[in-house]
Amino acid sequence: MIANLRQVFRYRALISSLVARELKARYRGSVLGFLWTFANPLLLLGIYTFVFTVVMPGSRGGTRLEPYALFLLCGILPWTWFQTSVMESCSVLVAGGNLIRKVLFPAEVLPIVTVLTGLVNFALSLVILAAFLVYYARPVTAGELAWLPVIVFVQLVFTLALSLLLSSLTVHFRDLRDLVANLLTLWFWGTPIIYSLSQAPERFHGLLALNPMTHVMVAYQSVLFLEGPFDDWPALLWLGALSLVLLAIAYFVFDRLRDTLAEEV
Amino acid sequence: MHAVEVRDVRKVYRRYGRRKSFGTLKSALLSGGVLRNLRPDSTFLALDGVSLDVEAGRTVGIIGRNGSGKSSMLKLIAGIGKPTSGTVHVSGRVSALIELGAGFHPEISGRDNVFINGMMLGLSRSEIARRFDDIVAFAELGDFIDEPVKTYSSGMYMRLGFAVAINVDPDVLLVDEVLAVGDEAFTHKCLEKFAEFRRRGKTIVIVTHTLDLVTRFCDEAVWLDGGRLRASGDPKRVVDAYLLEVAGSENRAAPVVVPEPAASPDSNGAGRWGSREAEIEHVELLRADGQSAHVFESGQPVRIRVRVRAPHPLHDFVFGIGIFTADGICCFGTNTQIEGGAPGELSGTGEFTVIIDRLDLVAGAYKLDVAVHRQDGVPYDYHRLLYSFRVASSVKDTGIYRPQHHWTFAGGIAITGPESERRS
Repeated sequence: MIANLRQVFRYRALISSLVARELKARYRGSVLGFLWTFANPLLLLGIYTFVFTVVMPGSRGGTRLEPYALFLLCGILPWTWFQTSVMESCSVLVAGGNLIRKVLFPAEVLPIVTVLTGLVNFALSLVILAAFLVYYARPVTAGELAWLPVIVFVQLVFTLALSLLLSSLTVHFRDLRDLVANLLTLWFWGTPIIYSLSQAPERFHGLLALNPMTHVMVAYQSVLFLEGPFDDWPALLWLGALSLVLLAIAYFVFDRLRDTLAEEV
Repeated sequence: MHAVEVRDVRKVYRRYGRRKSFGTLKSALLSGGVLRNLRPDSTFLALDGVSLDVEAGRTVGIIGRNGSGKSSMLKLIAGIGKPTSGTVHVSGRVSALIELGAGFHPEISGRDNVFINGMMLGLSRSEIARRFDDIVAFAELGDFIDEPVKTYSSGMYMRLGFAVAINVDPDVLLVDEVLAVGDEAFTHKCLEKFAEFRRRGKTIVIVTHTLDLVTRFCDEAVWLDGGRLRASGDPKRVVDAYLLEVAGSENRAAPVVVPEPAASPDSNGAGRWGSREAEIEHVELLRADGQSAHVFESGQPVRIRVRVRAPHPLHDFVFGIGIFTADGICCFGTNTQIEGGAPGELSGTGEFTVIIDRLDLVAGAYKLDVAVHRQDGVPYDYHRLLYSFRVASSVKDTGIYRPQHHWTFAGGIAITGPESERRS
């Protein structure tokens, strides 16, 4: 396993080239190019903002979530990264079957590339977020902003762990993909993205706290949207440590299934 | 030193699910127990205890019917699969030509694809940059290298895939039938590249149905049949036996017994095999004056005199000879059947002589095949490269064949008596 990890490190140039290829292939040959990647989150942003500020303005219970569009953006952009990475990981090995069967190279490169491509897209989408921040003239302190890389890293590790696990398991259980698609919808509503954690009834807080993505989203919202210092950092760091353990487990599972991949994809 | 060592390898492929093509979690849960569903419903034995050694610098051809385990074998050597039991050891860098251009992305340029494909095959970015010009030159792409791969013709696609894989500069090159897909020019180009590899002492393992390629090009052939090693050794012997079985399976059920070499073949592939219903007792090369000799002057006559003996009368027999260079290239081969002879009877001791009026070969060492076999090719006694002779010449011209020739000059050329002129 350690030897394989070292091999992944050796393939870092390949990983970065593949990420560049994914981005290039996606943005070449389309007029709006990279805007398409953000079409879906922006559409969601528009819909939710319209529904919750125009159609049902009372539904937010007079909270301090103003401007609501900015609050939404803080959650929707990282969630888009998470969701697309997890979803694509479910098919990345099967789609890359030709490679796995015909070329000798470590298969974990494929889910890693998926997650990292999502990360690059997320980083690019932060430009949009920055524009919103400037437009609304939000006070974001440097101290809070310093937490942003930490939050991104925690989300990266957690997403990688899940992607590795799901990519290898879907090779054996193809319908896992359908299950995951539905679970992600449930997960989206079970995570404080379009509502804030404080809005949720007190008795559900314990349940929401079990959701790792809750802590990630709360962290983004605290740092980028809410005023005042970021207090929830112990939970975030715990999640980071837990994600590293999960990643180790996921890699172990992937490694065990590795030899069956070439036969099953 | 062995470049490839395959020890007692078994490969079992598992098939999951009788009714479904792949397992689903839903069915696993419904039928109770995920673990039970992970147990295969049926297994397929692709390789059954195969051992194989390939010495460094040798070219080996793997032949066999479809489903005999050839490609499985190649994938195990490539490391793409793991054997169920047994070990595979390969020393040095491996490159596998299993599917040309596997992993090319259609939307991005040939240039980017070369880098990515090269890195997948284990090269570093700088190594690829160094070989980039060679790759493009071999693929004959020119300016197309910066166009998206989806605009390439299939020929360009294959050439580029081949160029990248071959430029990995492997110590062991594995080839799976890739030559079957290209046009004549491409095949020729690939073969030239393989020949260059051989000259540089690299090891090549080829899986192919083109038997001609094996006899012409390989040092050794391996015949896999139903996942087992059926025969290995001299390409001609193995291919002949394989051909007999393929022909035989169409009209008789009994399996062909692979003729085992009586003496273990030396590294040049020399050896002797056959049923010995007729035996070659003595082979002699004679000069024009009837003297037995080892060295012959180029352009002089040669007689090959062979004494054969059949303990029981035979009515189905063919005599043949073949002349080879020291590198194993066939210069000439013929037999009594090819030249229209119909066998009458061979009983007791007999003698035949092949008289070559002019031995028009350049100076060098040559080897001789002598055989007596049935009309369908089953050998009675096959002497493979067991006899050698030298051709001497005062002229140091090159190649193999020296046709009768002379020079004439006209116009403003003044040469006095070229050394090579031999008006005869």
